[in-house]
Amino acid sequence: MDLKELTIQKTQTGLKNKSFSSVELVKSSLEQIKKENKDLNAFLTVCEKEALDQAEKIDTKIQRYYKDIKTLFLECPLLGMPVAIKDNFCTKDIKTTAGSKVLADYSPVYDATVVDKIKQAGAIIIGKTNLDAWAHGSSGENSDFGPTKNPFDRNFVPGGSSSGSAVAVASNMVLGAIGTDTGGSIRQPASFCNIVGLKPTYGRVSRYGVIAMASSLDTVGCFGKDVIDTALLLKIMAGHDDYDATTSILSVPDYPEEMKKEIKDLKIGLPKEYFTSGLDKEIKEKIEKVIKNFEKMGAKIIEISLPHTQYALAVYYIIQPSEVSSNLARYDGIRYGFDRSQFGDEAKRRIMLGTFTLSSGYYDAYYLKAMKVRTLIKKDFEEAFKKVDILLTPVSPSLPFKIGEKTQDPLKMYLSDIFTVTANLAGIPGLSLPAGLVDNLPVGFQLLGPQFSEEKLFQAAYQYKQNE
Amino acid sequence: MSFNVFIGLEIHIELKTNSKMFCNCANDCFEAEPNTHTCPVCLGLPGALPVVNQKAIEEVILTGLALGCQIPLFSKFDRKNYFYPDLPKGYQISQFDLPLCQKGNFQEIKIRRVHLEEDTAKLFHETINNEKVSLIDFNRSGVPLMEIVTEPDLRSAVQAKEFLKKLQQLVRFLKVADADMEKGQMRCEPTVNLEIENNGRKFYTPLVEVKNINSFRFVEKAIEYEIKRQLEEFEKTGVEKQAGNKTTRGWDNKNQKTVLQREKEEASDYRYFPEPDLPPMRFTQEQIEIIKKSMPELPEEKTKKLMKDYHLTSQQVKDLIGDEQKMAYFEKALPVLIKEKIDFPQAVNLIINKRIDITKTEPEDLAQAIKSKDKTPQLPQEELEKMVKEVISNNPEIVAQFKKGKVTVIEVLVGQMMGKTKGQANAAQIRGMLREKMI
Repeated sequence: MDLKELTIQKTQTGLKNKSFSSVELVKSSLEQIKKENKDLNAFLTVCEKEALDQAEKIDTKIQRYYKDIKTLFLECPLLGMPVAIKDNFCTKDIKTTAGSKVLADYSPVYDATVVDKIKQAGAIIIGKTNLDAWAHGSSGENSDFGPTKNPFDRNFVPGGSSSGSAVAVASNMVLGAIGTDTGGSIRQPASFCNIVGLKPTYGRVSRYGVIAMASSLDTVGCFGKDVIDTALLLKIMAGHDDYDATTSILSVPDYPEEMKKEIKDLKIGLPKEYFTSGLDKEIKEKIEKVIKNFEKMGAKIIEISLPHTQYALAVYYIIQPSEVSSNLARYDGIRYGFDRSQFGDEAKRRIMLGTFTLSSGYYDAYYLKAMKVRTLIKKDFEEAFKKVDILLTPVSPSLPFKIGEKTQDPLKMYLSDIFTVTANLAGIPGLSLPAGLVDNLPVGFQLLGPQFSEEKLFQAAYQYKQNE
Repeated sequence: MSFNVFIGLEIHIELKTNSKMFCNCANDCFEAEPNTHTCPVCLGLPGALPVVNQKAIEEVILTGLALGCQIPLFSKFDRKNYFYPDLPKGYQISQFDLPLCQKGNFQEIKIRRVHLEEDTAKLFHETINNEKVSLIDFNRSGVPLMEIVTEPDLRSAVQAKEFLKKLQQLVRFLKVADADMEKGQMRCEPTVNLEIENNGRKFYTPLVEVKNINSFRFVEKAIEYEIKRQLEEFEKTGVEKQAGNKTTRGWDNKNQKTVLQREKEEASDYRYFPEPDLPPMRFTQEQIEIIKKSMPELPEEKTKKLMKDYHLTSQQVKDLIGDEQKMAYFEKALPVLIKEKIDFPQAVNLIINKRIDITKTEPEDLAQAIKSKDKTPQLPQEELEKMVKEVISNNPEIVAQFKKGKVTVIEVLVGQMMGKTKGQANAAQIRGMLREKMI
């Protein structure tokens, strides 16, 4: 068997029909990792034994409750699914490094809420995936454990910072993966690896147990091979958490069911600020094709403006390092991990930037000002969503780039986030979807919606894929 | 040359909520073995997030109301960033520009603000196997800590001490804290400086914040020492207060003096910013009213009431107010005492002098005990009156003191009377007769 042919949906059917066992599934996942990981470097830790043990238990369970198999999968929708988790999620007794040498030997004493939830749903954690250290980066090259490579062309980056999670799904090592998105860290690698990636609304999914990067921007999301798998993963991950005061008490829709409902008179906005000269021509062509397809489906396309877009990256690179500088303070080497000399260049850069922007005398001019502009950016979106249902934009201004191409120029690297940081600043959801290949390299497009409109994004995406 | 003293107080009081400020761990750092009340949140482990203890918020607002503070309807938490081994996150969750309470007045001292933060872990510097080590107990990490800051309105060491005692009594009354200074549940850092007038010109000595004070007595001693030291220092150097020359000194009880700990206090930059893990707090006027309604009778009002309605002496009231258990017993016994027409001061004497076991004696039994004691053979009224007159004329100083308002001295006369009558009299009756004669 080959995971290439499977999705979470198909795997459910397969397990229900006894076409294959959970153990066979896990073995297939582990084989693919053995074959590819040395080169792709998607996984930092592979939980081979634990995964196989759990698969055996699941097979026994399926055997025992076979006459109630439907109920079993209703209770545990991810039963037996091999999934991967970005290595900045705490996993009890499983090494959690955040991609940094500071935590090279660190094993948490507790599971992140999301890890607990997907375990409860029956998923099998195959391993922990590579990332830019502390999730700082847009290419995966900032990992202290070597860069992850793009399965489409191994000389190219897979995007970041959730590099390993995206590659694990794209290269058929697992069926779904969990990641984090602070400025585009799910959407951009999803786009570079030709898969579906969702950054939910801030507050939709618990951050408890996720090693914080920038707390007011961090969101927990997921990667799937298709829209329906992504919707299913979100359904399991989302919801209020007593351990995260910023989670919403809004009930969680049944996304996989809701997404099948047709949206009538869909109005899609194209923010003109996202289609400027900075956008790669070939990407623009791909996006235009997507827009045409939506038009053919009957969607109304409206050009709109998000006037404060030009300030987004500057605002992001003030707020984010400020919070980073505070969040990384606990890694002092006293209780666990190694001392601060183990921080890489990018972490040091952000600690210094953030320490500076929060210092007295500079706070008002930088942090406070940035927070005010952030409110304006949020208002831009609120105004836009009065006119249209969703927005359609590119994910990245450029195609996947070569490993090493931008590492010497942090500013150029930061520009990779230009179309994604806005959603984090505004706290709105963004769904990254494949738009096709250019010279065998993937291009993605992004759907953005108002806060807590994930349902709508899934509906639009599902309809699009049905008609593509 | 004359001088005035300016003292401002910064007081930290640990709240006695059941759980800690931002997690579910038990708030119990005295009885427990070190590091037994900990979790990822109060250990500051990677990924852990704080969630506010609502009870602590309400208790700080209650205290603020009792201190006559304004309660803004919008407040938030901030991160105070600094490195120290007892601070596992590298920042303390505190409140910077929008405290829960502000602009109050207590004991005629202006209160600048009352805010809520988390306590740090506790460090122990010890020698184990001939090796000097520092140990950290995280049981205290994340305990709700209320900070009260006064304006520099206090003018003497004694006044500062009395203010702190009243404050302790208040928070105990509100049942929000035990505020035991020896246990570190109440910590006080006075900031002291002097205004020296010399040849018609006024000089101000540099501000000094004094730390490491763990009793009311040391507050008094440390301030007194500082006043003396600052005077001498100014005479010697003539250095005046200016931006950036505030210093921190610690109270060294062994040598009975303050010692320099840190210079240039104002140079530290905590890089405060709003705590992104906690949404800001919004209250309604109704919520504040509900908290206000839950306020018990405060010590001042209660003292007045007890003296007026039950004829208790101020010492008796002080003893009762200082002991929650005894006060509760007295209040429980009141209906019975009233019904049985028992003399209140007499009953209170039994209660505060531990002549009865209040955990075992029902108020009815207390009333009966007093009554049966009163049934001892009584001398005739005329004889008693004669004796009262004698006692009064034999003790002119005591009578004078009584008339000046020191009503407790009456007990000296009651004692003499009981001796004279060989116990064949009712103390309450005698007290009444004495009082009548002296007024």
